[in-house]
Amino acid sequence: MTAKAGVSREHHINAGGAPAAGIDDVIAKPLRHPGRWVAAAIIVGIVLTGITSVWGNKNVDHPTIAHFIFDHRIVEGVGMTIALTVCGMVLATVLAIVLAVMRLSPNPVLRTTAWVYVWFFRGTPLLVQIVFWGYLGLLYTNVTLGIPLTPIEFWSAPTSTIITPFIAGLLALGLNEAAYASEIVRAGLLAVDPGHVEAAYSLGMSPSYTLRRIVLPQAMRVIIPPMGNETISMLKNSALLELIAVQELYTRASDISAQNLRQVELLVVVSLWYLFLTTVLSVPQYYLERRYRRGVGRALPPTPFQQVQRLVRGVRAAWHRRNAPDEVPFETTEIEMREPR
Amino acid sequence: MILTADADVLVDARSVRKDFGANRVLKGITLAVKRGEVMCLLGPSGSGKSTFLRCINHLERIDGGRIYVDGDLMGYRDQGRSLHEMKPTEIALQRRQIGMVFQRFNLFPHLTALENITEAPLGVAREKRAVAREQARELLDRVGLSDKEGSYPAELSGGQQQRVAIARALAMKPKLMLFDEPTSALDPELVGDVLGVMRDLALSGMTMIVVTHEIGFAREVGDHVVFMDDGVVVESGSPDEVLSRPTHRRTRAFLESVL
Repeated sequence: MTAKAGVSREHHINAGGAPAAGIDDVIAKPLRHPGRWVAAAIIVGIVLTGITSVWGNKNVDHPTIAHFIFDHRIVEGVGMTIALTVCGMVLATVLAIVLAVMRLSPNPVLRTTAWVYVWFFRGTPLLVQIVFWGYLGLLYTNVTLGIPLTPIEFWSAPTSTIITPFIAGLLALGLNEAAYASEIVRAGLLAVDPGHVEAAYSLGMSPSYTLRRIVLPQAMRVIIPPMGNETISMLKNSALLELIAVQELYTRASDISAQNLRQVELLVVVSLWYLFLTTVLSVPQYYLERRYRRGVGRALPPTPFQQVQRLVRGVRAAWHRRNAPDEVPFETTEIEMREPR
Repeated sequence: MILTADADVLVDARSVRKDFGANRVLKGITLAVKRGEVMCLLGPSGSGKSTFLRCINHLERIDGGRIYVDGDLMGYRDQGRSLHEMKPTEIALQRRQIGMVFQRFNLFPHLTALENITEAPLGVAREKRAVAREQARELLDRVGLSDKEGSYPAELSGGQQQRVAIARALAMKPKLMLFDEPTSALDPELVGDVLGVMRDLALSGMTMIVVTHEIGFAREVGDHVVFMDDGVVVESGSPDEVLSRPTHRRTRAFLESVL
């Protein structure tokens, strides 16, 4: 039926010799979306109510927030939080790659070990692991290097000097995160076409060289977006380290509020800092994603920086055109293109 | 260890068997390829010809028989009564002398055409960067793609990708080139360019084993044509013998179906 109708319409148009009169004259009015405006109004209303109710609350002392936002203790706490997140993520990523490769290894011992690691660290609460590392000194008074099951000792030191609160926090966050990250890395490794591995082998590359130069760079494209997520998650989880007195942002803030009893104001201070840090973190993620997308898309989209540059150029070109309308616009843009270098 | 009496023989396969589980895909393949010879392997899909090719550079482990390339037993050390499987690094060393071209090209997508070619010479053969790049440019020129050195595989057509893949394999200066249906994934109008590069390579004296469905190529370029079916060599001989005057019923049936 449809085919028949199509044929007959074609026939009709051909018979007419030209499209029916008036077809080109129709002015298509875009579909209106009144619902969007209603939704926007409702949401703006809710958000404004929320902001005014918090901001206008007589119990929130705004000068206190302003006073503490750049307090040296808070800033030191921010530094500690950044250090924990960066070191923790480095530890977690390295360990995650090792675990993922172990999981995919033909060696059953390595495979099982990696599985048990993930099973344990994913299966127990992070809070419990943090407390465990914090109280390691109660379990083991000394850290000793020697041959197990023999009295031979090469080196020994009290746990409290080795496992400082910072190290305990780092181990807790890093080892826990490694379990989650290893699954992300494993998914990334599995996403690489096995044909590329065969091609690498056929060129005489060893398995480890193939992993480093062929498989991992391709896996990174899949790994980086969720790892950005994990980094943000670790940044915020570092607040849990208050429990073992690591001097990070949240600990410093709650120490201050314990003295001045301005809990809400300091929570606002802390939240603003965490929001700022998570925002900043998305920048390196963007550039890393870009780097590992090479060769996948046909051309990489411009970076935000390049977009701003282009916008500035466009605006300046337009401004020039307005002030010197006689100039050939192409020349103007060409001069504008050269200038920023 | 040279077990081959004839020093002209580069590839010597003796009763090669391969099982995938209970399924025996190679049921004792015995073949010899002389230096400078082009051998074309024909056969219906599932006949084991690609598997045999992959056994030669030990991408597949064989379950019986022996494969020697230039006198070296592939993948194993022969210690009198038993064979000992080699370490992956030792196998990697053996594979350097054998280039392979795949049906699906398998170029490394995160590297440019030039980087695809220089990766193994730089990282495996430890050549100097300038030397490797110079050689890669010569190879790209040889396959007619000197203007594409900065292109990523995704920016190249299938035929161009396959020609880069051939250049990549040649960069390791192999003694032997294996082609696993190199034109099967290509649009018909791109097949000619790839076959042209392969023809030139054959004329330059490269020893080649080509699994293909291109009967014309086998007839023109092949020195030796082998017809395989169901894991055995059904018929082998000169292109004229096998393709024009096949003696076996299965060969005739296959040739009728593809021509």
